[in-house]
Amino acid sequence: MSATATRARRRVRLGSTAIVYLALLGVIVVGAVLVGSVGRNFFSDGNIRDILTGMSVLGFVAVGQTLVILTGSLDLSVPYVVSLSSLLAAETMRGNPANIAQGVLLALGVAALIGLGNGLIVTKLRVNGFIATLGVGLIVKGYLDTVYKGSAGSVPREFQLIGATGLGPVPVSTIIMLAVAALVFLFLRRTRTGHHIYAVGGSVDVARLSGLHTARPVIVAHVLCSVTAALAGLLLASRLGVGSPTVGSQGGYDLLSIAAVVLGGTVLAGGRGTIWGTIGGVAIFAVLDSVMSVMQVNPFLKDVVRGVVIVAAVAVYTGRALERRRPRFGAKGFHTTRSDSGPGPSAGPGLDPAEAAR
Amino acid sequence: MSTPAATRQTSRLASAALALLSPRGAVFLLLAILLVAVTLLNPNFAEPGQFIRFVQRVAPVAIVATGQYFVIVCGEFDLSMGSLITAQVVIAGNLVGQDESRSVPVLALMVVFGAAVGLVNGLITTMLRVPSFIVTLGMMLALLGGVLFWTGGAATGNPADGFRQIGRGGIRDVPVVDIIPWSVIILAAVLAFAIWFSRRPFGRTLVAVGDNVTTARFAGARVWWVKTAAFVISSLSATVAGVLLVGYAGVHPSVGRGYEFIAITAVVLGGVVLGGGRGWVVSAVAGAFALETLFTLLNVAGVPSTLRDAIQGAIIILAVAYSAAAFRSRRRVRTAHASPAEEKVPAGDASG
Repeated sequence: MSATATRARRRVRLGSTAIVYLALLGVIVVGAVLVGSVGRNFFSDGNIRDILTGMSVLGFVAVGQTLVILTGSLDLSVPYVVSLSSLLAAETMRGNPANIAQGVLLALGVAALIGLGNGLIVTKLRVNGFIATLGVGLIVKGYLDTVYKGSAGSVPREFQLIGATGLGPVPVSTIIMLAVAALVFLFLRRTRTGHHIYAVGGSVDVARLSGLHTARPVIVAHVLCSVTAALAGLLLASRLGVGSPTVGSQGGYDLLSIAAVVLGGTVLAGGRGTIWGTIGGVAIFAVLDSVMSVMQVNPFLKDVVRGVVIVAAVAVYTGRALERRRPRFGAKGFHTTRSDSGPGPSAGPGLDPAEAAR
Repeated sequence: MSTPAATRQTSRLASAALALLSPRGAVFLLLAILLVAVTLLNPNFAEPGQFIRFVQRVAPVAIVATGQYFVIVCGEFDLSMGSLITAQVVIAGNLVGQDESRSVPVLALMVVFGAAVGLVNGLITTMLRVPSFIVTLGMMLALLGGVLFWTGGAATGNPADGFRQIGRGGIRDVPVVDIIPWSVIILAAVLAFAIWFSRRPFGRTLVAVGDNVTTARFAGARVWWVKTAAFVISSLSATVAGVLLVGYAGVHPSVGRGYEFIAITAVVLGGVVLGGGRGWVVSAVAGAFALETLFTLLNVAGVPSTLRDAIQGAIIILAVAYSAAAFRSRRRVRTAHASPAEEKVPAGDASG
């Protein structure tokens, strides 16, 4: 018993992000073998480019989603923000390179306002993040369906290059995505608001008693999440050449981004997680997708595989995350042991601590 | 307990009046307003025959909301209900076919399949400690993908008429309402069962687990079993809704799409708190009715169908904001001058 416990604890020292990247490595190895078995090269330039391209859109959305989940909220409105920003940008640009800056700024600005709305509804009206963003998403969807009948606007060639060019096998879009991720990483690590995001997500009550304005980090996280969703929309507009009212919901970015964030080791209830873990989670999805395309897996079976992988990966991960907390209670660990049942820390993602405290 | 009976009587009446403004009661007020509004715009709606048809249409949603209520009140989510409905509908379509004699075995298979899905959801959530949001999200992807793979993504034929009668038929030649659809009877049975179940010790434990897992565990509740049972109930309710929808809507891979979000919306509209521990199953069902009445109202009022989503979104946010505000003010009043004995009773007391 004690031997296994020590071993488990030592292995767990790796930290959550390291485990995510180990899982990614495992997926890559298995994928390379599978791809090799059908006579293709997993590490060819073309394949690497496909995987990295696949990462970029979901990466943008998931980076923002990470911030929101860290505060203990959720954002289900992202797919509609993605569609809206692609349309706003494409319509403003109307094929004219001179309008690129305007289009980008308009899309980002509107998205920031939507995020602000989300944040205010969650913090000031005290509506659970799940419901608030579901509602805001429906409102934006209603606007999209009413105003747009189909694809609209057009994007100038110069803007399309962002989605099409690459440095060697690395697409520019992925580089931008990683740069945004790095900025968000610095934001979380170096700024006061960044630390407050973790504090509020860990426990709203403790954060408030420590003298934080608990609303501000949540609002900032929601605004940034919508802005990164808009970046994803801009990238999609650049790839498609037009804006589309359905591009976001077809991608299923709401649930997939949440899945990627959790796959990356961020706790759904908030307060723990890293940006690089999320990028790892996104990469796992991208590798999986690429391998399944090369293997010509039936598109419906892909969803089955995705579903199983999400649950399996998170199951492997949560066991360890719980273990990591143990040493806090003393050198040997407090014997509440794992045999007791029920997911204490895994309570609903939208758990409102104020309600739960009672 | 020393309070005189008379004082108690008045306070009962006062609390009954207050209950209509409480989050649990507010949904009935909302429902009444919506029903009156629909009736004003379309007087036919209030005719018994029309109304019973309306209830028939709402029945699957209300049944799904009942199942979702049990999961939400114990602090979890079930996102797999919509896909499970689709799966059950396709199973019924493919396996019953035109052979009516297969109805009963296939029905049994569907129940077993539904229970198995709930069991898997529940055991992975409780034993492997994966957040239910993720478990049921994975189940949603896997079930839908599996069903579409099985059918090749195309619609399959409807099952035999006898099977479809469950969803579309009923007791005919009833005096006032002309027909009492089976689905209305099933809804009434499900609701009665749900109320009875909520009042049982097991139902109370469910709410206690949602309120505070640690306390419930210390009080001796088998948390894993309680939560797993909630998931099984939820999946079985999706199965029942699936059987009704086969009759009502026919077999198509898009039947059931979005039901998980509609169910969660309905439950939340009924004042049930996401995260668990607070709510009443009748309010959840009333939430489903309020939601469907709202859709009917928008339909009757000639609102463009594309705007319906936007209005739905705004109403959900407002309703939940209202219930959050009401809970806070109530709590403030209670902590000010209520004895601990009058503190929250889990479920079933809002009727006054």
